[in-house]
Amino acid sequence: MNWLAEQFAALSPAVQATLWTVLIAMAAATSSALLGSYLVLRRMGLVGDAISHAVLPGLVVGFLMSGTRELWPMLLGAAIAGLAMTYLAEWLRRHAQVEAGGALGVVFTSFFALGVILINLYASQVDLDPGCVLYGALGTSALDTIRILGLDVPRSFLSLGAVALLDLAFVAVFWKELKISSFDPALATTLGISAIVMNYLLMGSVAVTVVAGFEAVGSILIIAMLIVPGATAHLFTDRLATMLVTAVLVGWIAAAGGCLLAVHFDTSEAGMISVVAGAEFALAALAAPRYGIAARILRGFAFAFRIVQEDVLARLYRLEEGVAVRDAGALAMHRPAAERLARIYLRARRQLTRAAGGWALTERGRARAQALVRSHRLWEGYLSEQLRLPLDHLHEAAHRMEHYMTPQFAEKVEERLVQRDADPHGRRIPPQPSP
Amino acid sequence: MSRPGDIQTPPAVELHDLTVAYHKKPVLWDIDLAIPEGEMVGIIGPNGAGKSTLIKAVLGLVPAATGWVRVFGESYASRRREVGYVPQRESVDWDFPVSALDVVLMGTYGRLGWCRRPGAAERKQALGALERVGMQDFARRQISQLSGGQQQRVFLARALAQNARLYLMDEPFAGVDAATETAIVNVLRDLKQQGRTLLVVHHDLQTVEGYFDRVVLVNLRLVAAGPTREVFTRDNLLATYGGRLTILDQAAETVRRFEDWLPQTGAEPPHSAARAAAPQRLLSPPGAPPPAQPQHGAAPQAARRPPGENHALP
Repeated sequence: MNWLAEQFAALSPAVQATLWTVLIAMAAATSSALLGSYLVLRRMGLVGDAISHAVLPGLVVGFLMSGTRELWPMLLGAAIAGLAMTYLAEWLRRHAQVEAGGALGVVFTSFFALGVILINLYASQVDLDPGCVLYGALGTSALDTIRILGLDVPRSFLSLGAVALLDLAFVAVFWKELKISSFDPALATTLGISAIVMNYLLMGSVAVTVVAGFEAVGSILIIAMLIVPGATAHLFTDRLATMLVTAVLVGWIAAAGGCLLAVHFDTSEAGMISVVAGAEFALAALAAPRYGIAARILRGFAFAFRIVQEDVLARLYRLEEGVAVRDAGALAMHRPAAERLARIYLRARRQLTRAAGGWALTERGRARAQALVRSHRLWEGYLSEQLRLPLDHLHEAAHRMEHYMTPQFAEKVEERLVQRDADPHGRRIPPQPSP
Repeated sequence: MSRPGDIQTPPAVELHDLTVAYHKKPVLWDIDLAIPEGEMVGIIGPNGAGKSTLIKAVLGLVPAATGWVRVFGESYASRRREVGYVPQRESVDWDFPVSALDVVLMGTYGRLGWCRRPGAAERKQALGALERVGMQDFARRQISQLSGGQQQRVFLARALAQNARLYLMDEPFAGVDAATETAIVNVLRDLKQQGRTLLVVHHDLQTVEGYFDRVVLVNLRLVAAGPTREVFTRDNLLATYGGRLTILDQAAETVRRFEDWLPQTGAEPPHSAARAAAPQRLLSPPGAPPPAQPQHGAAPQAARRPPGENHALP
C-alpha cells in the first residue's frame, strides 16, 4: 500500500488528477451498471430517467436541512424523493387513468421543476450549481480531496465507492429476491417475496446511485451509465450473473475510455463517457455472437447459399431420373453467379464432379439430393391428401418446404400419407438415403 | 362440494361471498365455492369471465372487495408454503437471462426464506422436477431457446419443485403441442394420485370430461360447481357461454364510477342494482373480519344460484 502510495505521489499532479477522474467515473459506472441491468431486464429504462430527475428536490431539501454539502443527507433526501415519485406515478396510473409512461412523465417533470425552483429561491444559501447537476463536474470533483493513508483522495471517490459497495451488497444479499421479482413478480409475491417491496427497494437504491453519480456525469448522462451497460450486456449473455459482470465491465470501459478521450480532446468527460458507452452498444448490436445484426445477416447469407446448393443438386437428380426436363429449366431460378459459386463449393465438398458436357452428382451429392427430392414429393403428397390442394398449388409450396425438412420430419409426414410410393403427379418418392 | 363424512377436514380452498374488483370495477361477483382436498378441478368459462382472477384472488394477488378466502381453513399468508402456482406462460419475459434450471429453482425460493440461496439439495430437487416433465436434457438451456410447450413444462417443473399440497394453474395447456399436453396431464394425474389438490384454469371444452373430476363454471359469477358428470351439462354451458350479462357489466361500471368518485354517465344507470350488490365495500372498511364460523360440507352447488339476468343480482 505504501509502495503504491509512493509511486502515485511520484506522478505529476496532472496525471494524478486524470487517474482520479478515471477512478471516480469507474466507481460511478460500477453501481449504475449493476442496478441499471435490473432496470433493463424489467423494461423500466425510462424509470431510471424519471428518478434521476425527480431526486432533485430531495437533494435540495436534504442540503438545506443539513446546511452542509455532506453527501449523506442529500442521498437520504434523494431516496425519499425517488420513492415518492415512484409511488405517485403508480397512484396516478391506477386512479387517474393516465397510462404508465404519461404518469411517469407528469410526476418526474413536476418534481424536477420543483427542484429547480427551490435552487433558484435559495440560491444564496445553496451551493448547488444547476449546470453541475445537469452535466456533472468530474474534472473539478477530483480536486476536492481529503488526506487518507498518506494519499490525497477525492471526496467524491470515497462517496461513490461507498455507494458502489452498498449496491454490490444489495445485489448480493437480495440476489434471489431481485431475480425472481424481476422475472416473475406474481410468483414472487405468492411465495412471500413481495414484488412491490422489492420494487421500492430497487427504486430507492437507484435514487441513491443516481445522486451519487450526479457529481460524476450529471442527471442527464447518468441515464447512459444506467441503461447502456445493461442493454449491451444483455446482447451478449444469457445468465444473470454474467450479464451483471459484463455490464460492469462495459461501464468501466466507457468510464475509463471516456475520461482519457476527454482529456485528450479537452472536452466534457460526461459527454465522452456517454459517447464511448453508445459506441460499445452499437458494436455489440452489430457483432454480438447470437443476437447481433452481423451474426444474423451471416446466418441469412448461409441459409440463402444452402438453398442455392440444394436447388443445384435437386435439379441434377431430376435430370438423372429423366423426369420433366422442362421442370428443371423452370427451377433455374438463381443468379448464374450464385449457382456457379454453389457448384464450385459443392465440388470442393465432393458432392459434384465434372462430367462430359457438364456436371454430375457424386455418391454423396446424390444422397443429399435424394433426401431433398424425397422431402419435396412427400410434402406435395401431404398437401394434396390432407389439405386437398389442387395439383397446380403443390410444387411451389413443396419447393420452399423441402429446405426446412429434417429426415425425422419427412418420416412423420410419410406415416400420414395414404399413397407413399409416388407423389400426386405420379413421380416416384425415393426412400431416405442410407447415411 | 365436499363429501358427506369429512366435515372436520376443511376444504382445500374455500371462497365465501367473494367479489373481486380490478381498479374498483367488479369482475367476479359474490362467489361461494368450496374445493375438497385431493381433487382435480377445472375452472371453465369464456374469455374475460374471470377465471384467472379467481385463482389470483385465492393467491392474494388481487384483493377481495368483499368476502374472504380460506386455504386449508386458514388465510393464504399462513399457508403459502403449501400452495404452488403456475402463472400463464405469457405473463413473463422469456428473454430473461436465466436457464431452465434457474427457473425451476425459483420454486424452492419460498421455502428458503429471505436472503438464503438455494444449495445442493435444492438443485437436486429442481433437476428431479425437470426429469419428471421430461426436460432434464434442457436444464442448462437459456429459456428463450425453448419451444412454447417446453417453456410450459419448465413452469410445471417449477411448481413441482414447490412440492405443494394445493396447485393453482392458469391455462397450463394453452398453446402447447399434443405431446406436451399428454406429458402435463400425466404429471397432474400423478399429483392427484398423491392426494394433492389441483385447480386448473382450462379453455378446451373437448377435454374437460377426460381431465377433471370436478368443474367450476364461471362467467363473472359462479354458474355451477360440482362433479363433472352432474354439472358439465348443456344447460350450464349455455348459461356460462351464452354471452356476457349486460346488467352485470353495467353494474360493474357504475360501481367503478362511484368508487372512483367519478360522475355517472347517466346512460342507463342501474343505480339500485349497484348499491344493492356492493354495499359492504362502501359501508365497511376493507379487510373487516370474516364471519366467525365458515360453513363446510354443502351439497353440490350446481345451479345453487340459477343463471340468468334476473337472478344474478340479489
